[in-house]
Amino acid sequence: MSLGRLFKPKTLAVIGVSLSNDRHPANVIYNKNSLRFQAEVYPVNKRGGILQGERVYPRISDIPQKVELAVIAVRAEVVPSIMAECIEAGVGGAVVISGGFAETGRKDLQDRVVSMARKADFPFIGPNCLGIYSPPYMDTFFLPSERMVRPERGRVALVSQSGGILVDQMTKFAEEGVGLSLAVSIGNKAQIRELDLLRYFAHDPSTEVIAFYVEGFEKNEGREFVLAAGQCPKSVIVLKSGKTPGGGKAVSSHTASMAGDYEVFSAALSQHGVVEAIDEFELVSFCEALSCYDQSIEGRVGIITVSGGHGALAVDACSAHGLSVPTLSEGLQAEIRKQVSPRVRDIASYSNPIDLTGSAVDDDFIAAATFLSSREEVDCVLILLLPYTPGITSDLGARLSQIYRQEGKPLIAYVPHVEKYRIFIEGFELNRIPVAHSIEGAVHMAEAMKRCQPC
Amino acid sequence: MPTVLKKGIRNILSASKERGWVLEPEAKRLFSLAGLDIPRYSWAKAAEEAVQFAQEIGYPVVVKVVSPRVVHKSDRDGVAVDIKGDGEVTETFIRFSRIEGFVGVLVEEMIPGLELLVGAKIDYHFGPVILLGMGGTGVEIYRDISLRMAPLQERDVESMVRDLKASRLLEGYRGSEPINRSELTRLLLTFSGLVVEMEELIESIDLNPVICSSTRCIVADARIMLKG
Repeated sequence: MSLGRLFKPKTLAVIGVSLSNDRHPANVIYNKNSLRFQAEVYPVNKRGGILQGERVYPRISDIPQKVELAVIAVRAEVVPSIMAECIEAGVGGAVVISGGFAETGRKDLQDRVVSMARKADFPFIGPNCLGIYSPPYMDTFFLPSERMVRPERGRVALVSQSGGILVDQMTKFAEEGVGLSLAVSIGNKAQIRELDLLRYFAHDPSTEVIAFYVEGFEKNEGREFVLAAGQCPKSVIVLKSGKTPGGGKAVSSHTASMAGDYEVFSAALSQHGVVEAIDEFELVSFCEALSCYDQSIEGRVGIITVSGGHGALAVDACSAHGLSVPTLSEGLQAEIRKQVSPRVRDIASYSNPIDLTGSAVDDDFIAAATFLSSREEVDCVLILLLPYTPGITSDLGARLSQIYRQEGKPLIAYVPHVEKYRIFIEGFELNRIPVAHSIEGAVHMAEAMKRCQPC
Repeated sequence: MPTVLKKGIRNILSASKERGWVLEPEAKRLFSLAGLDIPRYSWAKAAEEAVQFAQEIGYPVVVKVVSPRVVHKSDRDGVAVDIKGDGEVTETFIRFSRIEGFVGVLVEEMIPGLELLVGAKIDYHFGPVILLGMGGTGVEIYRDISLRMAPLQERDVESMVRDLKASRLLEGYRGSEPINRSELTRLLLTFSGLVVEMEELIESIDLNPVICSSTRCIVADARIMLKG
């Protein structure tokens, strides 16, 4: 089963467009693709006719070109016959948007579609989903483009059982400056499931990090998934809902009672170096950090700050997340002291956190970060930047990123995320240094690098 | 695992199928067949037999009720430890004989050491998983456990121990000797292999406690819940 044509099709048919209702999901999908995406798009409705001056094809086989992907947005009862036509016409695969299958008790209808597709080796996503967001090729989400918050192109592929969560995460990606390679909402995941997508993205050259929102697995599917993810050379992140125990189920052994569904899930992931995100905030931070750094750390953090309070909160957050903040020896402290500018030399403190004070200039940050990056004592450096201190310029992000490229030690920045400081933030992000909008978020990023190795 | 052992194990499991779980003496025999270390024990059906075996292995001993109706022996006051003489064995035998479904007592050597819980569960989504935790009757209060998918590798065993909050107790804390880590590793790897082989037949297993000292790791009690 080749999934390439699903994600990067040259030709697209939207089946089920309405000639009278322009808000019909199929029409939204047709419009956005014909206006803004590269794939050649054809509208299909069994009555034929004209839509916005374009010919509507009554059947998929009437389309003069070979269709690589069909978007099916017709009533559930009609889906089997439409899919049969697609298979007959040699279409490469489908996204079934329509609801009304297993989620409403029509498992029988869903099973019919699956067995037909399986027999024909015909890949399809869904049903009951938003499908695929794959710029610049196409977008099957039935949401008007102007209503969507679209993240920049980047290296993270997002896969979600829930369409709503997926769109929300994309919004957060955009807010936090995390780039997206592709997003897939798999809905009922009747045929193509997480494992298939993991295997596809493992070989997709535009994807470096693969993130999943999972609600449930089938029998032994969790095992297959973590084993495959453990083998995958890319970082894999999973957020799962349904962590609270089902409640009240009588179990007769201590092991069965304590090894609940969630405990086993969490342990299996970390055993195989799959990064578990506890909540949606972690998911975004983890995606950002791991799309900048595909390396793991033990978690010995060096902290550079201009405010004692920020340093203290960062130390607390590190210890709460199992990261250490090693104290630097007197000798090392003396060396850093020599390298900072005279204006802060006598007022800064150097034990880790290194507090450069509000009088610090860019060169002081560079000196401290260069020093920490060259020392074995720490394997990751947090930079807590307050752009309102007068000595700092917007060049800092770009200059610090040079240190990473020379020394190879991950740097993570905290910059308050307000529009005013965008130029500081971009100085980091455009140079591939992740930026968090909270101290806690910066610590999450370091944690991601610690968790992405088998325990 | 040699086929001969496999057959012995299979027989124990199929003989217990109807009850849904394996009686302690049978479970111990099963793990002994699989190569795990168990205490010297005897299933005594009369008080005299119990006394005779206690004398043979030497006091103190542990006496536990054997009953197909009692899955959790401690909950039914069916475990007596540190029994020091013949009279006490007889008294305990009589007391236990009043417990529902009584079919005798288990007399076994009392072994000092740190109590751990080693368990297994066949998880619906993740298949066989192995649990290591601090043992005893308070396990579900402290819930100090670590879990891994089976089969375990040697490095999994190391990280499981490291994950326990009480891991320092295993390393020898305040003058106590460290437990024999290579015996613990051997036990966990053997157990994990066995669990994978029994995957289709079992639901969960508690080895509670596994008693670990500086020389041995012994399965002092075992409960195997079978697939219904």
